Amino acid sequence: MAEIRVENLRKEFGAFVAVRDSSFVVEDGEFFVMLGPSGCGKTTTLRMIAGLELPTSGRILLGGEGVSQKRARERDIAFVFQLFALYPHMNVRRNIGFPLLAQGMPKAEIRQRVEETARLLRIDHLLDKSVSGLAGGDRQRVALGRAIVRRPKCFLMDEPLGTLDTEFRDLMVHELRELHNRIRATTVYVTHDQLEAMSMADKIAVMNHGVIEQFGTPREIYDRPASMFVADFIGSPPMNFLSFHGGLERGTRAVTVQGARIDIPEVLEALEPADMALGIRPEHVRFDERSGLRGAVYGSEYLGTTQVVAVETADGLVKARVPADVKLSIGEPVGLALNPTRLSLFHRASGRAIRTANREEALNG
Amino acid sequence: MADIRLKGVSKAFGDRQAVADLTLSIAHGEFVVLLGPTGAGKTTTLRLIAGLEKPENGTIHIAGRDATELTPAGRDVAFVFQQYSLYPHLSVYDNLAFPLRSPARKFGDGDIRARVEQVARLVRIDHKLDSRSTSLSGGEMQRVAIGRALVRRPAIYLMDEPLSSLDAKLRAELRLELKRIQADLGATVLYVTHDQIEAMTLADRIGILADGRLLQIGTPRAIYSEPASLHVAARLGQPAINLLPTGLLPDAAAPAGTTTIGARTEHLVIAKAPGGQGDGTVERVEHLGDQNHLHLTVGGRKLVTLTDPETDFGEGDAVRVRYRAPLFFDGAGNRIAVST
Repeated sequence: MAEIRVENLRKEFGAFVAVRDSSFVVEDGEFFVMLGPSGCGKTTTLRMIAGLELPTSGRILLGGEGVSQKRARERDIAFVFQLFALYPHMNVRRNIGFPLLAQGMPKAEIRQRVEETARLLRIDHLLDKSVSGLAGGDRQRVALGRAIVRRPKCFLMDEPLGTLDTEFRDLMVHELRELHNRIRATTVYVTHDQLEAMSMADKIAVMNHGVIEQFGTPREIYDRPASMFVADFIGSPPMNFLSFHGGLERGTRAVTVQGARIDIPEVLEALEPADMALGIRPEHVRFDERSGLRGAVYGSEYLGTTQVVAVETADGLVKARVPADVKLSIGEPVGLALNPTRLSLFHRASGRAIRTANREEALNG
Repeated sequence: MADIRLKGVSKAFGDRQAVADLTLSIAHGEFVVLLGPTGAGKTTTLRLIAGLEKPENGTIHIAGRDATELTPAGRDVAFVFQQYSLYPHLSVYDNLAFPLRSPARKFGDGDIRARVEQVARLVRIDHKLDSRSTSLSGGEMQRVAIGRALVRRPAIYLMDEPLSSLDAKLRAELRLELKRIQADLGATVLYVTHDQIEAMTLADRIGILADGRLLQIGTPRAIYSEPASLHVAARLGQPAINLLPTGLLPDAAAPAGTTTIGARTEHLVIAKAPGGQGDGTVERVEHLGDQNHLHLTVGGRKLVTLTDPETDFGEGDAVRVRYRAPLFFDGAGNRIAVST
């Protein structure tokens, strides 16, 4: 079992609190992604799991064993850094085998393990090539090989694809996930790239200012963000927010936004009058002349199959993702229909999501 | 008029041909994006225009003048790099004012202040003019770097992946701002990137570069919907275009000579097959947030298309797949145009 359990983990650097009482469990064999903007504490959390930083307080358990105060090399983990340093004077075989040689493993066993690893990564035809002549992707695979050859309990990866070209990154994202499906080693992966997170993760923790704002599956996080921060950080373009002011009763099924009545999922809690926001993702906004929510086309970003149309409303821009063949001209008045089953509601001051039938369904279902 | 004209420009480094016989015109006020992978010759092209490299062949005209032999300083271009190289010991104000304080330019303090403040408003950093540059976030630093290029009011802006070191959200925000700033100024911009979304959303015209050669140049819509070749077709579109052999599906009146059919989401009609007898099977529906990918297998081939977030396709569903005005390519990889 290589479950990773983090309990009330905290890290201070002087007066700065980098990680604030984080708790989460990564189950054995899970691919777990920590996602957030730079400075949110994701790398510090990873470094504490690795043993490269010691926590100020809290506990870390690897496979049930408390390791909080153990050194990095006493934890059975492999850390893959953003920039892969291969030994340029060694061939692929020796690069991959190096960690085993350093452990003093017998030669024959090393040979066998290296070849197994190379087959897994589909680079077995390159074993006797020099690494300096390899293409970028193959270099990355060699570096991965060096991490997995030890068969550690878990992998920790800090933006390993951060410096790659987009096209190549898309390819590596799929390879990494497929590799994971084959070896099923518990993985903690840090990134600020939401698409990487959405494509690879079993579970995602979205971090902000040292706090985990939400922990869940990619779909939960995307479809039912727990806070305005999460709703805004995930999605490209992010969720639209439409402001309204008022109280909410249990059972409320509609609100008034910019003078228009908008159907919402049934509200399941009562709230005092306050500034609120309706949240809707661009792909759940449609043009509909019958809608009372009005605006004028401000501009459009052409993306091939789809386009993102920005509509200026009384409360700022609302973006809609629609098929690219929908023809609109700038300044054209349009009505906006919001899919009520996909709406979120937020309390502005705290940023937290308000309980509605949509969210309950998700939690129970 | 601040236009750029490259004619037959070539540059090699040792035996590697970085730029090969490049001919390219960028009109005054135009935003042109060169798109290509690492090593395609994008940065070398910019450096040739900036005068940081000398071409072996060809001529470079900037604003109507032959600039091929001019020094970088004589060319009136501003370069924005991927890494925002700000002066860490200076404030935002002084970083922005720096290019104006060069002894070669004779600006009074009042002039400098007026220009810096105007540019700071344009790049939305005017509230941080007195901050040290090291106290800024990544997005703010890159805004200052862009501002520093703007403050000189050069004829031409050359931008080398200026957004690539930023996170996705900031990149999307700055993309919009950059386009707005360029439109407001009517600036001539040559921008290079490997990010197809940047190319699609920023460019008036996109040039597709590969191995130092310009394969095609045109509006984003033209490059996307009328790619000249398989290579160009594969550069744009997420998920990537499906390239399928003829005969896999009913070929939708493929013209003579077709060997490959290119099918993007909009070129496929996919429906559940009644009675489970279809052309293919749904492998899975991948929910990537704003993109939902439908993975199919058809005759041993994998296809990926976008699908509606509310899709009712499920794993194992038999589906009927038909082309709808797809793209046709010949054996050499060139697109065969069909009249519609």
